[in-house]
Amino acid sequence: MSVGIVGYGAFIPRRRIKLEEIAKVWGADAPSYRRGLQLNEKSVPGADEDTVTMSVEATRNALARSGGVDPVDIGALYIGSESHPYAVKPSGTIVAEAIGATPDIHIADFEFACKAGTETMFVAQSLVKAGEVKFAVGIGADTSQGAPGDALEYSAAAGAAAFIFGNDEERILAEVVDTYSWTTDTPDFWRREYMHYPRHGSRFTGEPAYFRTSMNSAKGMMEKVGLEPKDFAHAIFHQPNGKFPMRVGKKLGFSQEQLETGWLSPWLGNTYSGASPMGFTAVLDIAKPGDLVLLTSFGSGAGSDSFVFKITDRIELVRGRAPMTRPQLDENQIYVDYGTYAKLRGKIRMAE
Amino acid sequence: MRDVAVVGIGTNDFGELWEKSLRSIWAESALAALSDAGVDSVDLITIGCMSPGLFVGQEHLASLLADELGMAGVPASRVESACASGGLALRTGFAEVASGLSDTVLVTGVEKMTDVDGADATYALGSAADQEWEGFHGITFPGLYAMLAQVHMQRYGTTSEQLAAVAVKNHANGLLNPHAQYHLKVSVEDVLASTMVADPLHLLDCSPVTDGAAALVLTTVERAKELGGDRPVVKITGSGLATDTITLANREDLSELCAVQLAAERAFKMADKKPEDLHVVEVHDCFTIAEIMATEAIGLFGPGHGASAVEDGQTSLHGKIPVNTSGGLKSKGHPVGATGVAQAAEIVSQLRGEAGQRQVEGARVGLAQNMGGSGGSSIVHILEVE
Repeated sequence: MSVGIVGYGAFIPRRRIKLEEIAKVWGADAPSYRRGLQLNEKSVPGADEDTVTMSVEATRNALARSGGVDPVDIGALYIGSESHPYAVKPSGTIVAEAIGATPDIHIADFEFACKAGTETMFVAQSLVKAGEVKFAVGIGADTSQGAPGDALEYSAAAGAAAFIFGNDEERILAEVVDTYSWTTDTPDFWRREYMHYPRHGSRFTGEPAYFRTSMNSAKGMMEKVGLEPKDFAHAIFHQPNGKFPMRVGKKLGFSQEQLETGWLSPWLGNTYSGASPMGFTAVLDIAKPGDLVLLTSFGSGAGSDSFVFKITDRIELVRGRAPMTRPQLDENQIYVDYGTYAKLRGKIRMAE
Repeated sequence: MRDVAVVGIGTNDFGELWEKSLRSIWAESALAALSDAGVDSVDLITIGCMSPGLFVGQEHLASLLADELGMAGVPASRVESACASGGLALRTGFAEVASGLSDTVLVTGVEKMTDVDGADATYALGSAADQEWEGFHGITFPGLYAMLAQVHMQRYGTTSEQLAAVAVKNHANGLLNPHAQYHLKVSVEDVLASTMVADPLHLLDCSPVTDGAAALVLTTVERAKELGGDRPVVKITGSGLATDTITLANREDLSELCAVQLAAERAFKMADKKPEDLHVVEVHDCFTIAEIMATEAIGLFGPGHGASAVEDGQTSLHGKIPVNTSGGLKSKGHPVGATGVAQAAEIVSQLRGEAGQRQVEGARVGLAQNMGGSGGSSIVHILEVE
């Protein structure tokens, strides 16, 4: 019995802010940031957009591609995010109510920095594989936080991706070939309770955290299934900026062509838990039947989940049934200035 | 005063040593120096370290590190003079052996700088400036050195390309130093294209934040001869220490580094040497302008001639007077408390003829210049081989 994705969807807010607009406010050298981080602009959530609303949009898109999965047959729904609107009170219950999946359903919110999204995907596919539920939804979504003036402010963006897993062979559009995870305690990035913004270990977040963890995860995954970079049509890595995913991919032996379809960060920014899952939705939008796809996330703290997917014939039938990812990124943008951005992101605080 | 010799050197990799602690990098270099010297006990340990309190939250370093080496009970002291702490540790050890207070001294320097983020590192380093007159008003070291550079440029016509030539040369030397933090070939264009930090200083005009330690064993010349076998005995023949106003606002002339000049004069006088006698020199190039100004203050070049000397290749590895063969702070890295000791270790290595690919042929007299803050203190040592 194979398990796989029966529906996928992404959501990207329409608002954008350009790197130059942020750099101007902080007196930073925009060209060197643009060069160093390989970022051009990033998405900004509107006043009525948060992790919950974006998750609803992405899940509705996934349902639209699912060939009529009845939401009441969804037995589990998990959202991975580091910007759940409530510290205590689940995001997932709101999403489940909105899509009509309650009350016979397992729900919990996940957190593991930027890999919480792929962890929900792992658990969702595992529950289906175990026969516990008929369908399960894994979502990665974030309205990412970056402190004013911090390097993270140039990347922290908003977006969501949702995946419905099932074992109904006729519905599977991407089969889960295998999964692997590589995790250690490497504290490179954190946000404690009551802190508005995360802190990070600057360059420490690169070599010993992102690169070591992502490389070991991807290598472990490929060894487990006996595949090499050349066997894949596409590979997607976590995208904290424009530079890192390309660098890690090329270090592993992937080509520009294999990496660029899922490489959204130069225009999207870093959607934290949504980042590599959203890159994967962009790949599903164009992948061919029979393609093998490697998805490798990274979450600070630090861990990396890897998946190998095999695309089926069904993809060509369903991909057009909901908004694709790249057009959401490239069309209908609303550009905002820093003042509007600061308002929308709650960066203007009143004295209490 | 008794003659003093350096009988052991210990240097290890400089860099972002995230998997090591202050005590472990210190102990590695201390053990390497003791092993190089062939001694297993010392009368004193001196430790140059600028700010373990701010960088790793640890004070009371002398006892901590003596214990780390299994030497609890041995006298130990930490000395501090900002980025010249290592040079001060060396001078302290030199004075102990010269005066007869100690026969054998382990001189060390260490700084663990990457356990904090960039802002905290900048704050810690900034405490070497005059906080009331400089730091609290917002200026950090790149800004202070940028002002020195601006004056030098206005007074002498020094150019950004000439500043960049210092980085190009030191990175070329660093490529030959296996312990250097950065093994990069950089061009003048690379330096000028790098991010502007404080006009006219670009990112590649600045030394990095580094974890590292270095150690030396000093003893009497008599004991050094016993220990050294056929190895040349390197003597410390001159030691000069000087201060200047910390705050730039109180200086009469920002185109010169008076503390360096005074420290060098004192060291030359003690050693009975002149700048022309030197074969190899390490100077404190925390910024490219600092190397140019230091070479002028030492007397290698006249005022305003340091910049063209670098550009003309006079201070290159095979130039008239090689400066910063180790790669300097720029390429080798700048763990502030360790720097002064590491500079002396490079000179010893050169005088012994053990500097490998970066060896200056026939080097018999060398000088190491270490500096605190924006020139508020400086320590110069002259070393010679018999």
